Amino acid sequence: MSEEGVNPRRRRLLAITSGLGVVGTAFALTPFVLSMMPSARAKASGAPVEVDISKLESGQLLTIEWRGKPVWILRRTPEMLKSLAAVEKLLADPGSAVTDQQPEYAKNDARSIKPEILVLVGICTHLGCSPDKRLEAGVASGLGDDWKGGFFCPCHGSKFDLAGRVYKNVPAPTNLPVPPHAYLSETRIIIGADQKGAA
Amino acid sequence: MQKLMTWIDERFPLTKVWKEHLAEYYAPRNFNFWYYFGSLALLVLVLQIVTGIFLTMHYKPDTDLAFASVEYIMRDVEWGWLIRYMHSTGASFFFVVVYLHMFRGLLYGSYRGPRELIWLIGMVIFVALMAEAFMGYLLPWGNMSYWGAQVIISLFDAIPLVGPALSEWIRGDFVVTDATLNRFFAFHVIAIPLILVALVFVHIVALHKVGSNNPDGVEIKKKKGPDGIPLDGIPFHPYYTVKDIVGVTVFLMLFAAVIFFAPELWGWFLEPDNFTPANILQTPQEIVPLWYFTPFYSILRANVYNFLWIDAKIWGVIFMGLSIVVFFLLPWLDRSPVKSIRYRGGMYKTALAIFVVSFIILGYLGTKSPEIISLFWFKNVYWVQAFTVLYFAFFFLMPIYTKLDKTKPVPERVTWK
Amino acid sequence: MKKLLILLVMLGLPAGAFAAGGHKSCGAVDCDPVKIDLGDEASLQRGARIFVNYCLSCHSAGYMRYNRMGKDLGISEELVKENLLFAADKVGDLMKAVMPKDDARHWFGVAPPDLSLIARSRKPAWVYTYMRSFYRDNRSPSGWNNTVFPHVAMPHVLYEWQGDQRAIFKKDEHGAEVFERLEIERVGSMDPQEYDRAMRDLTNFLVYLGEPAKLVRYEIGIYVLIFLAVFLVFAYLLKKEYWKDIH
Repeated sequence: MSEEGVNPRRRRLLAITSGLGVVGTAFALTPFVLSMMPSARAKASGAPVEVDISKLESGQLLTIEWRGKPVWILRRTPEMLKSLAAVEKLLADPGSAVTDQQPEYAKNDARSIKPEILVLVGICTHLGCSPDKRLEAGVASGLGDDWKGGFFCPCHGSKFDLAGRVYKNVPAPTNLPVPPHAYLSETRIIIGADQKGAA
Repeated sequence: MQKLMTWIDERFPLTKVWKEHLAEYYAPRNFNFWYYFGSLALLVLVLQIVTGIFLTMHYKPDTDLAFASVEYIMRDVEWGWLIRYMHSTGASFFFVVVYLHMFRGLLYGSYRGPRELIWLIGMVIFVALMAEAFMGYLLPWGNMSYWGAQVIISLFDAIPLVGPALSEWIRGDFVVTDATLNRFFAFHVIAIPLILVALVFVHIVALHKVGSNNPDGVEIKKKKGPDGIPLDGIPFHPYYTVKDIVGVTVFLMLFAAVIFFAPELWGWFLEPDNFTPANILQTPQEIVPLWYFTPFYSILRANVYNFLWIDAKIWGVIFMGLSIVVFFLLPWLDRSPVKSIRYRGGMYKTALAIFVVSFIILGYLGTKSPEIISLFWFKNVYWVQAFTVLYFAFFFLMPIYTKLDKTKPVPERVTWK
Repeated sequence: MKKLLILLVMLGLPAGAFAAGGHKSCGAVDCDPVKIDLGDEASLQRGARIFVNYCLSCHSAGYMRYNRMGKDLGISEELVKENLLFAADKVGDLMKAVMPKDDARHWFGVAPPDLSLIARSRKPAWVYTYMRSFYRDNRSPSGWNNTVFPHVAMPHVLYEWQGDQRAIFKKDEHGAEVFERLEIERVGSMDPQEYDRAMRDLTNFLVYLGEPAKLVRYEIGIYVLIFLAVFLVFAYLLKKEYWKDIH
């Protein structure tokens, strides 16, 4: 029978071999763990999308898909832009203090790079339904004649203004997200990438 | 730590199992090279399951998507190519290891009493493994996958009365189609792996009940010391755990060499025809199973004579089945008073050598067309018939030559080391 | 044990002498050897350019993405977009052929196969020889035939480079027509060595296309083997140390 753990050579060899074994196992497990990361196919279908807004008229909203989600591009009218200041006291986060919901360049009153073009991810920040577009002010949108225009989520009644900012006292906690985006030219926007590169 | 162990031991036989099966399981001290392959087989089983799980995350068992999903794994999935090659190489290495593991049994009489049940369970594992490999090979949905499956399943047609209905039931359709692919996926991914794991567990339990054999065929439990421990026994842990780690490392080096430098092994592990998608309108030049099935495939094709109002094709199926069934009979065919080849006479050694050569040549000829001539003026089919006879002679003549053989006296204690 | 080995060797010798049986490796001829070198990035880039400009119109490489090819071959995304992206919109797209499959089947009788794995299902030498073995044949619908793939539906896409070849037949001892050699009838824009080099580049590229992982697996393999060798040394020393107890 062997003596109890007395032999230093044995202990040293055991330590080195075990150490190498742990290192080797870590290297061996790495490819398996990494194989679960988004594949090239996932990355390709999640790639940034170029949008041509040359035909987008004033007051018109265009919906495109990015990473499986609807993205709204709205060319706001001057009236729409003016209404943004009027609703501020009704909003939970008028200054876009929650930084997760928009990139740096959209942290302004209009929540956009160019004032007229609003880019939003059309998913309600409550539980993920896609809100209805109620862009028209007044009774035409069916939300009373005080309604200044914006978005209304049919699932639990959350309301957002024409900059995607969430109203007070609704289930949704935060403003609608602004995706990373950039202008490739006056008429072309790329959604999903900006100065920092692809999202 | 000690308190934790006590808490567990009061509720679960952890220390008891550790002692009984590792730290105080006494194995013969004279295990040699041939004794590495059991633990290696267990290693490959684990490897196949782990790589299999990760492949299943990306593979699609649908005839329209399967082939493309394999290429998706090879190209788009991070490290997918490595996982795929580990699995395909692992399949072939599984058979290398298992054949060598079985050969050890033949060398040292490990199938002899009281270990007959271990041997029988092992043979069932072998049959399950063949089924697992066969079904796995359909999954890439390459042209060889498709035609290989088509040919082998249609063998069941040969069974009288129930044959064609049975084939249809296995396929789930009139020919191999999406229905077949999907069910082979279910069997390959879940059903047979569960069966294999259960069988391996039972195989080891049966082994530990009786204790391992050894290269001298000496029963070490016959000579125990005053403490009840076999004089020629050593605790499996740490001695064989540390030795098996060396075996595992050498194995992994060979495994890595193939995976990184020659994963196709020049067509032996990954067949070129399988890099084309399954085409029901175009059969490959030669339908050849992977190397590990070729000896049995040869025996299947060997019989070309209609005999006793039974079709030649059916004889082929019968002989192929028999070539595996005959292994089950081994414990009772061997009438020698000794277990290990070390103490057997020239008859057994010659018989075993002839069997090994026959197995290898049958395997090689299984990759070639029966009609051509590969060796010394005779068509392959005649050579296959000759070697098939020799293959069966090893088993059927065994009761005679093992009885007649001149044996050497077996020592009381193990030799060497 | 010794007897076993002797028997094995005795039967191993004739086993080693197994002949292949009559047929040639490339249809009517033996394949010409080709030097594949996936480390030659310039060759791979030239091959990629030939493939995208001449083959991609009919043949997909449907499992390869443009951006993967660019990254592997050292071509920037910008250059890929400018020079290689005719058949798709985004660099992340798969390399699909321009010609619709049904039209192709209608025009050629068979859909041009996807070439992603052609170098793995056929050997590289086969691909290399095939691309250089087209000859004029008035009996075929396309006007072309190929000694490596008789009656292939594909025309000689690169005939402007290679020129026209014709096949010379001779009669063998039974009076049957047997292929002898190919001869350049009308010279193309490249001389035979230039054309061979271009086809070697294309074949080189197709080997890469069949298995992009081939670019990395040899190097990784060496590191793995070195690590395992070091581990083996220590595992062996550890085994010897413990087994001192037994001996």
